[in-house]
Amino acid sequence: MNALLEIQGLAVNYHTRSGLVPAVRDVSLTVSPGEIVAVVGESGSGKSTTAHAAIGLLPRGGRIATGSITFAGRDLTGLTDRQWQRVRGTDIALIPQDPTVSLDPVRRVGDQVAEVLLVHRLAGRRAAASQAVELLRRAGISEPERRARQYPHELSGGLRQRVLIAIALAGRPRLIIADEPTSALDVTVQREILDHLAHLAGESTTAILLITHDLGVAADRASRIVVMSQGQIVESGPTKEILAAPTHTYTRELLSAAPSLTREPLRPRRQGTDVLLTVNSVSKSFDGRTRVVDDVSFALTRGTTLALVGESGSGKTTTARMVVGLETPDDGTVTFDGNDITDLTREELRRLRRRFQLIYQNPYASLNPRFTIEDVITEPLRAFNVGTKRDRRARAVELLDQVALPADTLARKPAELSGGQRQRAAIARALALHPDLLVCDEPVSALDVSVQAQILRLLVRLQEELGLTYLFITHDLAVVREIADHVAVMHNGRVVEHGPADDVLESPREQYTQDLLAAIPGRTTVDQVNSDLM
Amino acid sequence: MTGLPRRLLQAVVVLWAAFTVSFVILYLLPGDAVLAKLGASEGGLTASAADLTRERAAYGLDDPLLVQYGKRLLAALHGDFGRSITTGENATSLVLNALPSTLAIAGLGLLFAVLFGGSVAVLSTYTRSRWLSQALSTLPPLGNSLPTFWVGLMLIQVFSFQLGLVPALGSSGFASLVLPAVTLALPTGAVIGQVLAKSLRTQLSEPYVEIVLAKGASRARVHFGHALRNAALPALTLVGVVTGTLLAGSVVTESVFSRDGIGRVTATAVGSQDIPVVQAVIVLAALFFVTINLVVDLLYPVLDPRVRTVARV
Repeated sequence: MNALLEIQGLAVNYHTRSGLVPAVRDVSLTVSPGEIVAVVGESGSGKSTTAHAAIGLLPRGGRIATGSITFAGRDLTGLTDRQWQRVRGTDIALIPQDPTVSLDPVRRVGDQVAEVLLVHRLAGRRAAASQAVELLRRAGISEPERRARQYPHELSGGLRQRVLIAIALAGRPRLIIADEPTSALDVTVQREILDHLAHLAGESTTAILLITHDLGVAADRASRIVVMSQGQIVESGPTKEILAAPTHTYTRELLSAAPSLTREPLRPRRQGTDVLLTVNSVSKSFDGRTRVVDDVSFALTRGTTLALVGESGSGKTTTARMVVGLETPDDGTVTFDGNDITDLTREELRRLRRRFQLIYQNPYASLNPRFTIEDVITEPLRAFNVGTKRDRRARAVELLDQVALPADTLARKPAELSGGQRQRAAIARALALHPDLLVCDEPVSALDVSVQAQILRLLVRLQEELGLTYLFITHDLAVVREIADHVAVMHNGRVVEHGPADDVLESPREQYTQDLLAAIPGRTTVDQVNSDLM
Repeated sequence: MTGLPRRLLQAVVVLWAAFTVSFVILYLLPGDAVLAKLGASEGGLTASAADLTRERAAYGLDDPLLVQYGKRLLAALHGDFGRSITTGENATSLVLNALPSTLAIAGLGLLFAVLFGGSVAVLSTYTRSRWLSQALSTLPPLGNSLPTFWVGLMLIQVFSFQLGLVPALGSSGFASLVLPAVTLALPTGAVIGQVLAKSLRTQLSEPYVEIVLAKGASRARVHFGHALRNAALPALTLVGVVTGTLLAGSVVTESVFSRDGIGRVTATAVGSQDIPVVQAVIVLAALFFVTINLVVDLLYPVLDPRVRTVARV
């Protein structure tokens, strides 16, 4: 079969103020009609740059240095703007990474789908509008007539991604480039979207170039996998061969870091006896009607980890915020080490705060960009007037050592650190006041899989050394498997299942928990291969 | 209280505050208009103490401050700010008579400002020539830093005296509007251009732009069909704010071009401490400002669907 897309010896550089930065070197890959090919790699591997080069949408400063990109026998590298306009949308379409920012916020979604048809003069204004509704229906949106008249902010992330799929399908392209199409979505939604995409591709001869950091997703969907690292292809071949016999060490690392359920816990499970935190039937609503958190109860014993699992909108983050006193429950109590924190004065709560700290999901947003890392780490100490300046600096050095960052990090700014290093700094900040309880809100979900593994090991080590107690908020059951002693699964504001981690993961009683487990990408494929290797 | 009623109440409070603050400042200043009127000549006071007392009583200036405040507030509610102390004319009608002329140059000025600022912003972000883009980007700061009176004089020099295209001075006919309006538009347009260019650049690097391009849309479509409308929102807020600049600018502009209007009335009234007139101007300006901002607030939800449904979320 003739290749639909053929990339030969591609090299892309970014022209920046500080000079030329090579992003991709010597990349060659082919996609045949109707085929799904996955490009797998971590952030900075050049996978996204490769994909964007193929649709002529390199970010500012990005330029193809050498190599060719051929689509259906035609070289794309020398196309003019006008020629590209005819290729985009009808020959090659793009599904982006983050559906929440990829639609024009001030235009109705139906119009945004119809725009493809109008741009390529595939339909008149009226016909385009009705075809847009049909496309939304094909993308799996119920009540497409009503949805078409809505604005992006009125739709959930999953629905917005379906709108973007409808946009990609509108011009009947022969190739869809899907750049991390589901990484911003919940696992169950992710599975639906990928199923749908695969189904649509299967119906026609549309090929898909799937860009993903998740080897599990690639394993489930693609017939061939291309593994990229540091701008180069390190390994490529049919999916089964890559999974069964990865030749490159990087692929093996990626494989062992892939979320799966057969991975061993990082430390023996623990029961715990001494209760530190009790949440007693708390409820919270923000508009006075729908309860975001509805009659939630659990207890957490000292030195153990409780994972609060759920998808977006399940109420897990609101629950966590009530635990640390950032939200006040409408009903119910939260008792921390004998103190009912729902009943404290503001000052009493402030004094108690040093004993529980929060670690946020996004290490890029939770560190003040103008602070040095020393300022960041010592801020809690300054807030509570602990020690002299010299003491605080000494404590900062000690904390950096605990989170395995070099001492010269103190003088750096957050922007100079990688995502993993930033999250380590955020952990050091949380530890500054010797807290008993750390509430971790999705602390690793913004990080690459290999970095995730390092941060999780760090958290476990710190728990052993410092006797910490963790309330761990996550949507990722693989992470739960590695670190949690107990699990509470939340759905629509309620705890639907609660128990020891092994019980919940091995023999879930509730349908919802079973669905969550089944939705984990690559579960069967990767697990099977992993167990073969052992 | 939310929405329109709340906005209207806020508008009333702003008007009341403008009246009160101006009253306090004007009446607590040393000296008064009667003194200024009777002692107009440089040579010293020619009127007797009795004259002063009589004149002050005639204007109600001898009442206790609170009584004066109450009386004036009540009268102001009926649109009556008293008589001008220098001319004896009704202050309200004095100001209202001057209004059309100022509205004409301010309105035309605003139009020019939006056109000038808007096209500089759009061109500087649309052009592919880095040189042109940078050259255009330097215009707004330049426009903002040139003093209005100097610009006015230069325009008169070039367009009236040298080219003879438009009359230099006076308030007759449409042609006489052009130069003052341009003068007024320059600093306002500069600010609008600066903010619009900035927010256009921000919008053009938003991820949704990439999707529009991936549909096969042209750069023009991206620019005018998507980015501009999103970028217009911050610029619209600004229009509400710069309207105040237009009124303030009219003081200088009308003096330079010897035009009648609010600016001239203000300048004269301030010079002679003609408190009723100054106060009428201040309250009118506040009314103008409040109205424009009310209109901008009401326009917001029309342009941005996210604002429309905020109450529901």
